[in-house]
Amino acid sequence: MALYSEKVMDHFRNPRNVGVLENANGIGEVGNAKCGDIMKMYLKIENDIIEDVKFETFGCGSAIASSSMATELIKGKPLEEAKKLTNKAVAEALDGLPDYKMHCSVLAQEAIEAAIDDYNSRK
Amino acid sequence: MIYADNAATTKMSEAAVNTMVSLIGDTYGNPSSLYAFGQKAKEALEKAREEVAEAIGANPREILFTSGGSEADNQALISAAKLGEKKGKKHIISTAFEHHAILHTLKKLEEEGFEVTLLPVHENGIVRPEEVEAAIKEDTALVTVMYANNEIGTIQPIREIGAICRKHGVLFHTDAVQAVGHIKVNVEEDNIDLLSASGHKFHGPKGTGFLYAKKGIKLTNLIEGGAQERGKRAGTENVPGIAAMATALKESVENLDAYAAKLTPIRDKIIAGLKEIPHSAINGDEESRVPSNINFCFEGIEGESLLLLLDDKGIAASSGSACTSGSLDPSHVLLAIGRVHDVAHGSLRLSLGEDITDEDADYIIKSVKDVVEYLRGFSPVWRDLVAGKGNFIL
Ligand SMILES: Cc1ncc(COP(=O)(O)O)c(C=O)c1O
Repeated sequence: MALYSEKVMDHFRNPRNVGVLENANGIGEVGNAKCGDIMKMYLKIENDIIEDVKFETFGCGSAIASSSMATELIKGKPLEEAKKLTNKAVAEALDGLPDYKMHCSVLAQEAIEAAIDDYNSRK
Repeated sequence: MIYADNAATTKMSEAAVNTMVSLIGDTYGNPSSLYAFGQKAKEALEKAREEVAEAIGANPREILFTSGGSEADNQALISAAKLGEKKGKKHIISTAFEHHAILHTLKKLEEEGFEVTLLPVHENGIVRPEEVEAAIKEDTALVTVMYANNEIGTIQPIREIGAICRKHGVLFHTDAVQAVGHIKVNVEEDNIDLLSASGHKFHGPKGTGFLYAKKGIKLTNLIEGGAQERGKRAGTENVPGIAAMATALKESVENLDAYAAKLTPIRDKIIAGLKEIPHSAINGDEESRVPSNINFCFEGIEGESLLLLLDDKGIAASSGSACTSGSLDPSHVLLAIGRVHDVAHGSLRLSLGEDITDEDADYIIKSVKDVVEYLRGFSPVWRDLVAGKGNFIL
């Protein structure tokens, strides 16, 4: 049995929306290096739509896959919808994560929340 | 696949497989049975005991077969603790970077009222004999120091520590699981009273191991039952496994010089290659380490993703990152040599096998370089470091 689902491995090996978004207007960073996971989300929000999103992650395979999947789930979506993204939705979209890796999906949710908070605070 | 995780386990040697298969097929009698067919199994068992004893300079009567390194460690510590307790000695000295088979047993003994001193292993991953001596007290029952560390491969000054223990009349145990079959180990010359070893670390089968206990040291049973193993370890013996372990050990010990001559230059080549990666550092002393071990930290990346990508490139290795241990903390060994959490998560252990080639070494160096660079490419930690926000640790 493999450690991760095919989906996790796919997003880990070919992360979507990876990198820095130069003209981001909402940036969120969560986690810390001490625990071994840091996620940074860059959002470009236009007319309450997530026009573009990119991420950078320091972390394990499921952390990278979770951030990649989370960006896919919110890209092009209304801000209101992105706000409601749950870690469960991220994990489910990845066909599940091992129990002890669920915190990776939580980080992805929190990184997006932090980026949206940052956007709101800039307004 | 390049299998570079020989510290986790090794492939059984052909000779060991042959021994095992032939005994499973033909010699299935119970060594405790008195008829000739049972006695044939007994013979195989006692021949194995002689071979194992000879490999470490012991007497066959001093070898007790166990289910592996963990059991041998547990029995050694519990036995020494019981012996000490009888004399009112309830202090044990060990080190911060022992295997969990030792550390968890020590925890248990602590709960039973023993006092445990864990010595530092310093930046180079080596215990200082003078610190062992300084830690010995009136009521010290046991000193237990591993022969070679399983993560960073550093070899400990076992002979010196053993001599100090002799001088002070304190029992000395060494977890030699990563040393036996890899470097020269001799219980006489090294002043060892108790020693643990594990078959699957030197090309024998999993679930086999042994405990050496110097003549006169009374062992405490962990498993009660029949009178096997001189009454010190009940249960019908795993004769094929034990004999295969002995075959593998004999072979490994006869081959020690060739093993070191082959692996040392390849190890050092890989170390030199990986040092070229900026902001990386080797873990553990470069000289006093087993010929197979390479262990590095790379700043700004996490070990599990490194391992998964190396796996994709056909390299099987391991890491001390928290994510690979299933706990939140990175390896206690890396923390013990002073690596902070942030960089301990980004560690890589390569433990080479004898089939490694020079081309494999080149491929490993290139692959690790590529993967580290790739992961740093989207690591927010690395970005901040490069941008001058925060200081590089390595
Ligand atoms: C240093 C050390 N001690 C003990 C053990 C446990 O050995 P076994 O797997 O045979 O129980 C290991 C193996 O992981 C080890 O490396």
